[in-house]
Amino acid sequence: MTLALTDVSKEYGRKLALDGVNLTVTPGEFLCVVGASGSGKSTLLSLVAGLAMPTAGQITVDGHLITGPGPDRGLVFQTGSLYPWRTVERNVAFGLELLGLDGAERARRIDWYLAETGLADVRRSLPRQLSGGQQQRVAIARALVCEPDVLLLDEPFGALDVQTKEDMQLLIRQIWRDTGTTVLMVTHDVEEAVFLGTRVVVLASDPGRIAAETPIPLADDRDLAIKRTSDFLRLRASTEDMVRTWHRLRGEVTR
Amino acid sequence: MKTALAGRTTDVRAAWPPLPRRTRPHRKVLTIRTPIPRRAAVVLTALSLAVPLVSWVALSASGLVPATFLPSPGAVLSAGWEMARSGELAVDVGTTTRRVLEGFGLAVLVSVPLGILMGTFHAAQAAFEPVIGLLRYLPASAFIPLLIIWLGLGEPSKIAILFIGTVFFNTLMTADAVRSVPRSLIDVSYTLGARRGEVLRKVVVPHSLPGIIDAVRVNAAAAWNFVVVAELVNSTAGLGYRIVRAQRFLQTDKIFAVLVVIGVIGLTIDVALRLLRARAGRWAA
Ligand SMILES: Nc1ncnc2c1ncn2[C@@H]1O[C@H](COP(=O)(O)OP(=O)(O)OP(=O)(O)O)[C@@H](O)[C@H]1O
Ligand SMILES: [Mg+2]
Repeated sequence: MTLALTDVSKEYGRKLALDGVNLTVTPGEFLCVVGASGSGKSTLLSLVAGLAMPTAGQITVDGHLITGPGPDRGLVFQTGSLYPWRTVERNVAFGLELLGLDGAERARRIDWYLAETGLADVRRSLPRQLSGGQQQRVAIARALVCEPDVLLLDEPFGALDVQTKEDMQLLIRQIWRDTGTTVLMVTHDVEEAVFLGTRVVVLASDPGRIAAETPIPLADDRDLAIKRTSDFLRLRASTEDMVRTWHRLRGEVTR
Repeated sequence: MKTALAGRTTDVRAAWPPLPRRTRPHRKVLTIRTPIPRRAAVVLTALSLAVPLVSWVALSASGLVPATFLPSPGAVLSAGWEMARSGELAVDVGTTTRRVLEGFGLAVLVSVPLGILMGTFHAAQAAFEPVIGLLRYLPASAFIPLLIIWLGLGEPSKIAILFIGTVFFNTLMTADAVRSVPRSLIDVSYTLGARRGEVLRKVVVPHSLPGIIDAVRVNAAAAWNFVVVAELVNSTAGLGYRIVRAQRFLQTDKIFAVLVVIGVIGLTIDVALRLLRARAGRWAA
């Protein structure tokens, strides 16, 4: 699976939200896009998800043009996208119900992903009975159970406290390694991007465009301790500098 | 950034008098959105029932008001008992209930699907909302003469008044409930592979169900109002008819008894729909 964006632009009325974005996501990669608020991160993901259409340019998966949303590109929002009337397991089951899988097949898959996301104990709870971190795990499990080619994460841990956020970062890394899924995640948190990504892309604001990109040459089995190493701190500092520079320059530079 | 103090050695604020502080009065029964002690709540509810009842008893016992104007509770009770014993009450309640079920039932059958369409598709909203928004301001009782000309004095005109009186409100309220389904929920469903019909059936309808039941509950009360109005004009049975007949013979006690019956039935329906709503909306609590 290769996801490719070619000269993608998006206008909302007269507002140019994204301008000529070229980006390729390769199979098995964990690509993080960082940018300030309003730099077009959510716009980028909604285009890839197929919920909105680019004004110019094209987005392809393995050469096929994206024409609409589908379970091959699973999406997780920052908050509040669980079905509040469905229990945890029935939220996760949603995509499989649509496929008409028989009960046993469905249960087998749901059980695996509930265990993988640490939700087995709360499977019969309603979303409102869960903590914010648990709710995001349900959203992730619900997307993953459909076996997407790429998992799209829109600031999925942005509303969580620091400790829960770190738990979730470890969890999503673990899931990424266990399942071999490709991940495209947007965030404004540089530390998060450097810790999670195999590659980080910096988005400039006004209009949103790709300003820089940097590979993250850290080991695949990272734990939180890596955040204190000099390699990590150096990568984080240089990425932060880029984000800051492009944030200050917003609206002034047009290539 | 340049601040007020930047580069200055004296702080002008030193010469300002301190701001007055507002003290907050101690908690009272009337604090906005704050629960009151259970005892206080029970007492208030009991008073709201007891005060009118006691005044009624006292007023009719004092003899200040003639019994033809204000019958005593005892007289009302025995009038009610008399109607129940003769079987008259059962027929009236049955007739009126059937009319409500037919007229309001029809209105629900039309308004719920229409409201769902209007809340879901902008095209349906553009096509229907202005017309319905206008029609709902025309009082249904004003249609009675017209409907009698069109449909005659029988059942159809009565059903039609009930229908007209409730269908527009219920449509608009249903559409509002449907419009409150979060966009993100619809979007995420598409990314999970749902098609349009599936999004409607598995996301939009379940999410708006409690709101739709609320709309039905509010409009069921309106339906009971309209049915009695409809029966005041040329009927041969029904609770409204019974009131008109009792008036002809100055049987105020009977009128009161019928009013009590209408109230009790209305309350029963309301409680039933409240329970249904609580069940359907358990997830939101
Ligand atoms: N539906 C819309 N209509 C008009 N303008 C929009 C719309 N959606 C986004 N925009 C504009 O496009 C720009 C990019 O928005 P977007 O939501 O993609 O930013 P973001 O990087 O996700 O920001 P945040 O970090 O706050 O989520 C913003 O200037 C925003 O005002
Ligand atoms: Mg966003």
